[in-house]
Amino acid sequence: MSDHDDRDEFDAPAPRPIEAADERSGVFGDASDRGPGLLVEETDEGAQELSPLEATDPIQLLIEQGAVLRLPESAGVDIAEAEAEDRFGEGETMIINLGPQHPSTHGVLRVMLELQGETVLRSKPVIGYLHTGMEKQAEELTYVQGATNVTRMDYLSPLNNELVWSLAVEELLGVEIPPRATWIRMLMSELNRISSHVMWAATNGIDLASTTMMIFGFRERDMILSFFEKTTGLRMNTNYIRPGGVAADLPDGWEDDVSAIVDTINFRLGDYDELLTGQPIFRERTEGVGVISPELALAMSATGPILRACGVPWDLRRAMPYLAYDQVEFDVIVGTVGDTFDRYAVRMNEVRESLRIVRQIVEKMPAGDYRVQDKKVTPPPRARIDESMEALIHHFKLFTRGFEVPAGEVYTAIESPRGELGCYLVSDGGAKPYRMHVRGPSFVNLQSVPALLRGGLIADAIAVLSSVDPVLGEVDR
Amino acid sequence: MSTESPAAVEETPAAQQPAFSAGIPGLAGIPVTLQRGQEVLYPDLGAYVDAVTSCKDAGFITCADLTAVDYLRHLDRALPAGVVAERFELVVVLLSHEHGRRLRLRVQVSEQEPVCPSLFTIYPGTENMEREVYDMFGIRFSGHPDLTRILMPEDWEGHPLRKDYGVGRVPVQFKDAPGPR
Repeated sequence: MSDHDDRDEFDAPAPRPIEAADERSGVFGDASDRGPGLLVEETDEGAQELSPLEATDPIQLLIEQGAVLRLPESAGVDIAEAEAEDRFGEGETMIINLGPQHPSTHGVLRVMLELQGETVLRSKPVIGYLHTGMEKQAEELTYVQGATNVTRMDYLSPLNNELVWSLAVEELLGVEIPPRATWIRMLMSELNRISSHVMWAATNGIDLASTTMMIFGFRERDMILSFFEKTTGLRMNTNYIRPGGVAADLPDGWEDDVSAIVDTINFRLGDYDELLTGQPIFRERTEGVGVISPELALAMSATGPILRACGVPWDLRRAMPYLAYDQVEFDVIVGTVGDTFDRYAVRMNEVRESLRIVRQIVEKMPAGDYRVQDKKVTPPPRARIDESMEALIHHFKLFTRGFEVPAGEVYTAIESPRGELGCYLVSDGGAKPYRMHVRGPSFVNLQSVPALLRGGLIADAIAVLSSVDPVLGEVDR
Repeated sequence: MSTESPAAVEETPAAQQPAFSAGIPGLAGIPVTLQRGQEVLYPDLGAYVDAVTSCKDAGFITCADLTAVDYLRHLDRALPAGVVAERFELVVVLLSHEHGRRLRLRVQVSEQEPVCPSLFTIYPGTENMEREVYDMFGIRFSGHPDLTRILMPEDWEGHPLRKDYGVGRVPVQFKDAPGPR
């Protein structure tokens, strides 16, 4: 503050700008660049330094938003007692729990909300109800078994989990997988993205009281799950993408199945638009609700549709291509405002882009092996086991002891439907990983919830929570 | 300080292209290796926050990941010259959207005093991740606004991802167990 010394001068002519905001270049850059200047009036008491909300120190703002809001579950509010004391009167705040047993929290997420009337002041997601110790478990499983473990994390996009795990293991192994395996992986990953996004549209629909949307979403998802079942034998938790390739080749006539899925969903997306996109009630409930700025989203490490909805064109498929994403054409969808509606629109348009990618994959699918022909990594064909002692030994060794992976560390990341799905893998040269860490996009994106909910209504909290699309299996792992 | 050494974990030929981080001011003197095309920096605990701040100023505006590894069984692991191996290692992955690159920082944290400065003031997005590391490894972060358990119950004892923490087991009954009657 530069002007404190002249607070006795009554004849100061005009309000002067104070340069305090310029010193506050915190995480989000200079706050004074975006908001109006400080609300400074030169009064007879001197300069009154009332800052607008934008000028609040960002760190302080985050703490105010609830980063330190804590209350044990046992310390709930006794409603009868509080009413007797009239504690819910004007000016009083109330802390309530949303969840963990609440249908709109998409699992077992508990959000503590501090309310004043119907307005959310602070909030804090409380997680861990579904913690199953998968990272510890991974240290006890071989690399062959590892895929069955990671596939259970994000249960709405299991193939993406398997993909990031397999890419990490292959990076350490140094094996090059055949082109057909790469393209099959891309096909399955994109189909999984579509199924995950329509599933999200379904749950988002039911949260906003559109039962029809829920039925629609589940119907479309089921087509894709049926194709997964035909290809992999399982609808979810497929263990299909494995280190070294994929478990099985695509079934005969897969082009027709996939084309039917693509055409049907492409047609039905028009129904979604009719039902939701252009519908006034839906737009009223989503537009301008739960807005997040790109600076804040980046600072909170948010990825995926949350980040893209506020206009940051960051998609790992484009920015750091893996598999063969540099050989297909697609657009990175971005929003403008960063509200709940933008997150909806981004996801729906990503479904269209994924359909576009799938069409190209059907055209370009190369012939050849669907897994690497390295006896140390992939099991021999069943028929060979009957003829060859060597094949039998390889098969036995692979499924009892597994293969050994050279020592080293690697961080691999892919674009899952929810954002950057990373895997940090440490090998000490044995047949089991020394440490496996998964960077779950839902886990990180949940941090944005307090910023999204702040100042909104509790009725909107449901819509906003849904638009973050947390999958609690991945949050808690 | 030289960026490669015979003790380095990886094959880091001197002829490789210069490290990207060499162009970032403030990172001088911090050992760097290239592992499978990924750049890894090894700042010591004292230089950790300064190194991260330098990276942020150079465009690494997002902290993509923060985790830890317990090297209890590999205390003699190979590290670049000048880096003293400790039991815990904090692994931070920074992301630059502008350059389309990642940087990894591996910080040695001692067993006797597992305390690190928090990155919360630099990247607020590390809040959950640091709580997870605290919960799972018992590494404390000074300056964190709410350093409590995040995944385990509040009254849990021990830190599960430490290597001296056993894996829980439930005995499996394979044969038909005698019924309660």
